[in-house]
Amino acid sequence: MIAFVVQRLLQSVLVMLAVAFISFALFRYIGDPVLIMLGQDFTREQYEMLVRDLGLDQPFYVQFAKFVVSAVQGEFGISYRLARPVAQLIAERLPATLELSMMAALLALTIGVPMGVYTGLRRDSWLSRFFLTISLVGVSLPTFLIGILLILVFAVQLGVLPSFGRGDVVRLGSWSTGFLTTSGLKALVLPAVTLCLFQLTLIMRLVRSEMLEVLRTDYIKFARARGLQNRAINFGHALKNTLVPVITITGLQIGGIIAFAIVTETVFQWPGMGLLFIQSVNNADVPVMAAYLLLVGFFFVVINLVVDLLYYVVDPRLRIDRGAASGH
Amino acid sequence: MAAPSALARMLDSDVFHSFRRNPVVVVSAVVTSVFVLAALLAPWITPYHPYDLASLDLNDAFTPPAWTGEGSRRFLLGTDDQGRDVLSTIVFGARVSLLVGFCAVLFAMTVGITLGLVSGYVGGAVESVIMRVADVQLTFPGILIALLIDGLARTALPRDLHSEIALYVVIFAIGIANWPQFARTVRGSTLVEKSKEYVQAARVIGLHPGLIMLRHVLPNVMGPVLVIATLSLGFAILAEATLSFLGVGVPPTRPSLGTLIRVGNDFLFSGEWWMTIFPGAALIVLVLAVNLLGDWLRDALNPKLR
Repeated sequence: MIAFVVQRLLQSVLVMLAVAFISFALFRYIGDPVLIMLGQDFTREQYEMLVRDLGLDQPFYVQFAKFVVSAVQGEFGISYRLARPVAQLIAERLPATLELSMMAALLALTIGVPMGVYTGLRRDSWLSRFFLTISLVGVSLPTFLIGILLILVFAVQLGVLPSFGRGDVVRLGSWSTGFLTTSGLKALVLPAVTLCLFQLTLIMRLVRSEMLEVLRTDYIKFARARGLQNRAINFGHALKNTLVPVITITGLQIGGIIAFAIVTETVFQWPGMGLLFIQSVNNADVPVMAAYLLLVGFFFVVINLVVDLLYYVVDPRLRIDRGAASGH
Repeated sequence: MAAPSALARMLDSDVFHSFRRNPVVVVSAVVTSVFVLAALLAPWITPYHPYDLASLDLNDAFTPPAWTGEGSRRFLLGTDDQGRDVLSTIVFGARVSLLVGFCAVLFAMTVGITLGLVSGYVGGAVESVIMRVADVQLTFPGILIALLIDGLARTALPRDLHSEIALYVVIFAIGIANWPQFARTVRGSTLVEKSKEYVQAARVIGLHPGLIMLRHVLPNVMGPVLVIATLSLGFAILAEATLSFLGVGVPPTRPSLGTLIRVGNDFLFSGEWWMTIFPGAALIVLVLAVNLLGDWLRDALNPKLR
């Protein structure tokens, strides 16, 4: 167990260092930060002084080490485009993205799992076929088109929901939330639905195929032979055993939600980190891009680590196999 | 009795039978072929050449589709803000979308097959490095990788150079996002093939390992590669459309379906819905058809599922 954890931790650190290196290379070698800071008029002495002050004349590995240290402390420099500290910008945008992502993940789970169970149990009912067809369309529909269609129907035609922004937000300390106002909640509906649809279809299909698999096993047949009630079998035995892969995939899909949040935020002009990133790409705002890269890399590494460890904790078979394998 | 020709053998194969029995698949194949043909022949079959400035008339701008009240018979699906025929822009857009999609998949295939063959056949440290990199990359969503590579290239390259090679950058970005699937599958099949007698025989007579991989192992691992290629084509077309929609994809001088949707999206609120909806519908139909084909191919080539 300890060997496994140490190995996974080492791998995470390695990946994180690689991401940090790309981010550093971007930060340091694209454009000349000194020129950008000095502006139009400067003398040769001023230029060289700033180079020394910023430590840009030092060897490469010293600069990289400094970059990592300041990144760990949350220092990412100043945005070229907005002339404000990057850390501050990201801290402002983070609540919007997190609220949207959490809402989408919650929707995907609370709707996707029951739909999956239903289509698994009633394989041949017309409703199951309908759900499956819809899910195939859902997989083929690009996120941004779903968003556009929802805007067309609910904002342009019916005019019942806002099509952009977060509505009114309430500040709780450094966190700004849209959950506490009506306009904030209304603004959340369309983006959250857009973002959850792909994950929803994925979870539904996964639960369905896992249910079909489990329902074929001997212990389900045995449970039926014992005369247990259908509900006890379906939920107590079958569903419970499908949950391990569902937990894993859902955990990994949080990463997918972060990726597709970029698209959703652009469609709905949602003031989150994804929109900030796209605006930075379009304006060559390197410090923001570098910071975003690091942050997303960090999210992914942590999520994967947690999922791996969770898997290890939840599934006892894995522990025995590993134990036996390392035993000789 | 003469040996049946390749065509006759194909028409008699299991795969073809399962193809004919499945109407959804036949329709998907027809739809995909129509798209590919239309894209190839775009300059000759479209009613207008939408990017020929001389033929554009701003007075035609914002014409609704022909069947609505104010529509014109000249423009079946209406026109955009520049007076371009929407039907023609869709056909030209599909041309760019399919070009990027095919090239990206080809690129991913080449990289993935090479690395997969090498790591499966050579093994050892090479194998563990390649597969570890693939594993790590697979934990990131493909679209995010493509977006990051594309964004980095956009910032790293000088502006005029970038607009010149933007198309290749997109192909590279989507291709790189896609190689691990190919590499993993090919490695798995190579491991199986490697221990078979024909490979051992080839090795005993002293053939060069590169030749064995290319001429003996590769043809026997192509089945699953074909399935992944079809499924990746759907992904690649969607990824390109998404990048172009975000404004970081193909250059605006060569609009793809995603670019058309992005431009049309600006006019959604003023009621000109046809500029978004028709390219969007074309994109959905194309991707759905390709995905259905891929799903079917996966099942047809895998006898265990039947």
